[in-house]
Amino acid sequence: MRLNELKLGGSAIIDHVEDHTAGDPVAERLRALGFVPGEPIRIVAVGPIGADPIAVGIGFTRFALRRAEAARVLLRDAA
Amino acid sequence: MSVLNAALVGNPNCGKTALFNLLTGSRQKVANYAGVTVERKVGRLTTPKGLAVRLLDLPGAYSLVATSPDEAVTRDVCAGTYRDEPAPELLVCVVDATNLRLHLRFALEVRQMGRPMILVLNMIDAAKRQGIAIDVPRLEAEFGAPVVTAVGIRRDGGQEVLRALDLPPPPPPPAMPSGSDFHAEARRILADCVTRPSRLGMALEERLDRWFLHPVWGMVILFALMFIMFQAVFSWAQPVMDLLDAGTAALGQAVGTLLPDGALRSLIVDGVIAGAGSVVVFLPQILILFLWILALEESGYLPRAAFLLDRIMATAGLSGRSFIPLLSSFACAVPGIMATRTIQNPRDRMITILIAPLMTCSARLPVYTLLIAAFVPERRVAGLFNLHGLVLFALYMAGILSALVVARVLKNRDRQEEHPLLLELPAYRLPNPRDLALGLKQRAVIFLSRVGTIIVTVSVLLWALASFPAPPAGAAGPAIEWSLAGRIGHWMLYVMAPIGFNWQICVSLIPGLAAREVAVSALATVYSLGATDSDAANQLQPLLSAHWSLGTALSLLTWYIFAPQCFSTLAVIRRETGSWRMVGMTAGYLFAMAYGAAFVMWRISLLLGWGGSP
Repeated sequence: MRLNELKLGGSAIIDHVEDHTAGDPVAERLRALGFVPGEPIRIVAVGPIGADPIAVGIGFTRFALRRAEAARVLLRDAA
Repeated sequence: MSVLNAALVGNPNCGKTALFNLLTGSRQKVANYAGVTVERKVGRLTTPKGLAVRLLDLPGAYSLVATSPDEAVTRDVCAGTYRDEPAPELLVCVVDATNLRLHLRFALEVRQMGRPMILVLNMIDAAKRQGIAIDVPRLEAEFGAPVVTAVGIRRDGGQEVLRALDLPPPPPPPAMPSGSDFHAEARRILADCVTRPSRLGMALEERLDRWFLHPVWGMVILFALMFIMFQAVFSWAQPVMDLLDAGTAALGQAVGTLLPDGALRSLIVDGVIAGAGSVVVFLPQILILFLWILALEESGYLPRAAFLLDRIMATAGLSGRSFIPLLSSFACAVPGIMATRTIQNPRDRMITILIAPLMTCSARLPVYTLLIAAFVPERRVAGLFNLHGLVLFALYMAGILSALVVARVLKNRDRQEEHPLLLELPAYRLPNPRDLALGLKQRAVIFLSRVGTIIVTVSVLLWALASFPAPPAGAAGPAIEWSLAGRIGHWMLYVMAPIGFNWQICVSLIPGLAAREVAVSALATVYSLGATDSDAANQLQPLLSAHWSLGTALSLLTWYIFAPQCFSTLAVIRRETGSWRMVGMTAGYLFAMAYGAAFVMWRISLLLGWGGSP
């Protein structure tokens, strides 16, 4: 499953962030912001139109990202 | 005496700027780094032992693998490779003690630069309240650099930092083998040195975000806030602006009685004082708008607003961050363009600056109301709407729609790159009055010194154009007709006649360069009405409907949707982007659109038989 498919209120564990292009700067930045394997993540809010963008809680920080960006984050089920 | 060159680095939202304000007080200088739109802040301070420190407040960064011009500046200054900046002798790395997981990773990246550094655990009070226990001596040993605590928002919260600056600079910290995982190392250090209750600290954010980010209530709150802000900028500033206007006029009169009649008096009164007046009159709007923006930003709300509005702004190829600057531009493009500083993405910022002048500013209203009252019949449409109101609405919408088109065209020009939203939603905080006051002061100084000088210079120039040469003795007609401006107006007719303008309009557009609404009083001058007469508009109205064709009026209204002739807007674009090219681009495309649209309007009017004299 990918982060853009996770429902509001749902939580999961990050498996890894994949590059969409060679040296994908967005994926690079996601990893720098703490989107790293094993990190728990949950969806805390979704945007008012088309449920895009989404707001996620990761570690002790919250980030807003568009679904296209979230599609780079692969998840596994919360253990 | 020697001065220590130190630089503050840290993540965005680590409270770095509050700490910078606390340490340097008002001894700060704000400018731009050469060639980029990144703000450069430098301040001076003296430590308890008398050491002079020059402290640079570097832009916040999430990583030294830079993805924005801000981060590139931070990276280069830290590395000591930035051309105009000496390599810092000490890096003061600020981290939020309540968000160490993210911030310590960046601190490790900074440590990798191999420069002497100290680590500042900021907001240590909030960490204690949340039950986070940090073993500072142990952290110091694990991290390999001195660690001090601070509370950026408390008057005495910077004492430990000052004491640390007094000590001899620490040796460069140990670096990790290249290719190491900063996250893993940060987690290891945190596991050793920090104990915290599980996620209790997030409870407040959780509760507040349930409202502020709610699809319905979040939007209701946002629109309420925007409505109040717009009201404040638009109408609360008005009495103060009127007061300043009256003050300038009174000052002009007072000075005028002291000086003998002649060119010098005219220069001082109509050139310098009136020019300076047109600068300070912007201040109330700028201050009110920035008080709002700073408070919204400091409190952590601004990124939430960007989250809610992102989808809407994405239709124009922009992000949610562009909304507030564009909204402010309905009051005036000058504060609106200054507000684009909150947009981090340089391309989004550029597009927002380019389209901000298309939002119908309040200065265009006097022109709109004059022409609508003179040419549009007072009529009900569909039994509900007033035709005057409908035309006014159409003019506003035409501006917004053209902005949308321009933004999309500009966006299509660079399709190759993805411009992510990826935005931190920081913890909610109460804005600190000292930081708000300092931020406001900086905006006011920048505006008055950098933008003001351009505007006053141009005002004096325009005054000279409209005053010289003086009409010969016994000449008939208004003086402006004999002046250079009058002549230029006649020459302009060759260009402007194809869009239905007469020479009176052309002449009035020249003083209108200083501010759009000046065109009304300039028209009054050209038509030999008392220029300073406050009800010039009322006297003009029957005159215009008698002299102009409907087509001419419609063409001028269309011209004013784009109104490329506002010099204050161009001056603020020059200041904010540091580039004359950007000024040229804005003026060029606005002029082309104004001319093109007015031409089409005039041609349609001719076809409909509205071009003849009334």
